Amino acid sequence: MWVGIFMIIGIGSLLMLALQVSDAGRGGGETYRLEARFDNIGGLTVKAPVMIGGVRVGRVADIWIDQEDYVPVVGMDIEKKYDALSVDSGAAILTAGLLGSQYVGLTPGFSDIYLEQGDTVELTQSAIQLETLIGQFIFSQGANPDKEGG
Amino acid sequence: MKLVAELGRRGIVFVSRLGAAVLFLLLAVRGSAMCLNRGKLILQQLYAIGVLTMSVIVVSGLFVGMVLALQGYYQLVNFSAESNLGLVVALFMVRELGPVLSALLFAGRAGSALTAEIGLMKATEQLAAMEMMAVDPMKRVIGPRFVAGIIAMPLLAAMLSAVAIIGGYLVAHGQFGLDAGVYWSSMKVGVDPVDDVLNGVIKSVVFGFIVIWITLYEGYDAVPTSEGVSRATTRTVVTSSLAILGSDYILTALMFGGF
Repeated sequence: MWVGIFMIIGIGSLLMLALQVSDAGRGGGETYRLEARFDNIGGLTVKAPVMIGGVRVGRVADIWIDQEDYVPVVGMDIEKKYDALSVDSGAAILTAGLLGSQYVGLTPGFSDIYLEQGDTVELTQSAIQLETLIGQFIFSQGANPDKEGG
Repeated sequence: MKLVAELGRRGIVFVSRLGAAVLFLLLAVRGSAMCLNRGKLILQQLYAIGVLTMSVIVVSGLFVGMVLALQGYYQLVNFSAESNLGLVVALFMVRELGPVLSALLFAGRAGSALTAEIGLMKATEQLAAMEMMAVDPMKRVIGPRFVAGIIAMPLLAAMLSAVAIIGGYLVAHGQFGLDAGVYWSSMKVGVDPVDDVLNGVIKSVVFGFIVIWITLYEGYDAVPTSEGVSRATTRTVVTSSLAILGSDYILTALMFGGF
């Protein structure tokens, strides 16, 4: 009998690790693939979340460079239940918090035609890079010396 | 010159012991394959190896989780990242501490007992008596223990991780007032079922295999005197601890090294 209790507790803890800790049940749902081309993906990594208005709808499955025009392409697995994304939806690479990890934010569009498996999101906005931003700021400060003179 | 001779002698002893251990492993695997249909023997050993180790695993898991949560909180609060405390505790336990710590405890609690048991069986010539009766000790004694060790180890590791995560929750929620939802949901975001949990389980299976192999071999190979048994027991704990930590590095490099 003790061995049975031991097995039950052991398998129970395995299940707890799988379901409660790592949420194995959720990732297994049906997904469909969307692609998006960005000028710059910043620090986006595979497995980063894809969100609509802060709600997770999928994850980044693959990141590669298009062999023809050398533009980064991001492949996203979106859950099947969110299959009514319009073709004029937008995708942007955003950052969670000031220094948090990066994720793809989708903005649903208004068209009645929906994106399907393998389609490409056309309206994209690249990652904002802090270095570029600071560089632009310093450059614009240097370009207007008369503002600082006063 | 004497030094060189001594070095050579030690080398030969080491290599021949290693070879004998591998031969023993082959026999033990064959023996365990043959004892698989004798469930009662395995159940007995699961009780001795698994159930009796459970208390040590649960208590130490609780305290390890509580200490991890304490230390983690003091550091994370500096970056106001204490909402990730659950993730830190869970990743630490599932990836590293769960398998390693439970294997070390397993070697200390069950491994030493097994070595002493088999060593004494040999010293009192029980093993020889079995062979006289045409009972293969590999099937009757070694096999069930081998199987039971490999089954028990991942379960014990999972228990250690689970209890530690609960212990961490007690500290995070009870002492620091961290919200329960924040603690549990930060884990779900960051812990991957395959990359983290499954790899942790694979680790603990490998550790269980290594520990039970060393344990049984040292017992089987012990010099059949009381001194020999005591030395074999010591060697079991030392060798398996080193083997666990060494193989943990290799496994971690293979699993999490960007493959």
